[in-house]
Amino acid sequence: MSKRTIIPFGPQHPVLPEPVHLDLVVEDEKVVEAVPSVGFVHRGLEKLVEKKDFQEYVFVAERICGICSFIHGMTYSLGIEKLMNIEVPQRASYLRVVWSELSRVHSHLLWLGLMADAFGFESLFMESWRIRELVLDIIEETTGGRVIFGSCKVGGVRKDIEDTSLKAITVKLEDYSVRIRAIADIFLRDASVKHRLSGVGKLSREEAYMLGAVGPTARASGVAQDMRKLGYAAYPRMDFSPVTETAGDCYARCSVRIQEIFQSIEIIRQAAASIPGGAIENKVSGFPQGEYFARTEQPRGEVVYYFKADGGKFLKRLRVRTPTFANIPALVKILPGHELADVPVLVLTIDPCISCTER
Amino acid sequence: MTTTVIKNIFRAPATRRYPFVPRVYYKNTRGSVSIAVKDCIFCGMCQRKCPSAAITVDRAQKKWQISRHRCIACGYCVEACPKKCLSMNNQYAAPALKKEEEIHGDA
Repeated sequence: MSKRTIIPFGPQHPVLPEPVHLDLVVEDEKVVEAVPSVGFVHRGLEKLVEKKDFQEYVFVAERICGICSFIHGMTYSLGIEKLMNIEVPQRASYLRVVWSELSRVHSHLLWLGLMADAFGFESLFMESWRIRELVLDIIEETTGGRVIFGSCKVGGVRKDIEDTSLKAITVKLEDYSVRIRAIADIFLRDASVKHRLSGVGKLSREEAYMLGAVGPTARASGVAQDMRKLGYAAYPRMDFSPVTETAGDCYARCSVRIQEIFQSIEIIRQAAASIPGGAIENKVSGFPQGEYFARTEQPRGEVVYYFKADGGKFLKRLRVRTPTFANIPALVKILPGHELADVPVLVLTIDPCISCTER
Repeated sequence: MTTTVIKNIFRAPATRRYPFVPRVYYKNTRGSVSIAVKDCIFCGMCQRKCPSAAITVDRAQKKWQISRHRCIACGYCVEACPKKCLSMNNQYAAPALKKEEEIHGDA
């Protein structure tokens, strides 16, 4: 038997902008065990509910993550609205869908770029991010922020998008989808990329289910689990079905995310075509009371918000379980048996967002 | 892929030649908060609403001050202002060497 050594991966690693640490137990070049440790960027945002009142906290919730910021703010608002029995105007629900899907498109394009960078395809990385920048421009034009949208509030949304602008956005996105199709072809058809990703990091359907994997990681293994199907915001009126693959390897996870970009563009088109007029927010009066679990689908998977309120200005407890946190067991499961050189790619395929994980 | 490569050789760069070509912000861009201090009644609503405690209002001395480094440009103060004398500017606050408070007074 060859000698076992421990190779530290992170907390600062070129493949990730965020700090996560893995102790990789290796035999020669083969990983036999991975021990993760997180906690380098813990900010105590859950504790902050005791200091920020329930309406102010939307801004904090948005800052839990820099990529899926809007959906964090929206999930928080959905939960509070449920606790206070606030009806959200139809138009606001549709706008929430549009912004959620825009954030999914930009998050997946970001991931595609990082992935290309991880397997050493620099120009593909640049091309992905060039398109992402155009999507960010749409977001900035409509909300005022590039990644921190700040447009969701308890009771509705802060900003409206005019119907003509919505139409213009769908036309723009159609145009971008042609360019996304071009890079998608390289990710899915290029022989060297395919060779790098196929068969690497297999996660079976049972394993994904038992380990509680969420989002694209679970869907790539054949678990058709998509929280948008729970029917929050205006999703019940959108026609779509979860994207799934069966292989469960890196290639399948890449493919799921690429298909989801096109699915999101399609959902935005549907929402823009059927958006009703009217108010964008309802007045909020009183204070939240009771307990509630809010679950929504982020680009990385399911996010769970637990609320506990006692009728005061501040919540008693807020618990956030983010998708990356749920996917770490799956990551630890797929690492053993692979070469050390595969580790960066494998870590990236769960689309880790460490700020989310540590809150 | 080859077409992309050829296009990229002849196409202008995707990046902007900043600062020679300035960045044009959108109308909606949340850049920085500005105040029309003449209309301000120094009620302190913005100070109470500010999530990052960047605004301080002194009612007695009629002073409104903001720490540009603490401000997250969320626009909550603009929403809360009863006299609508606060507004969101689409230009970002200028860089500074010292973390000083910016003081506006009704003198």
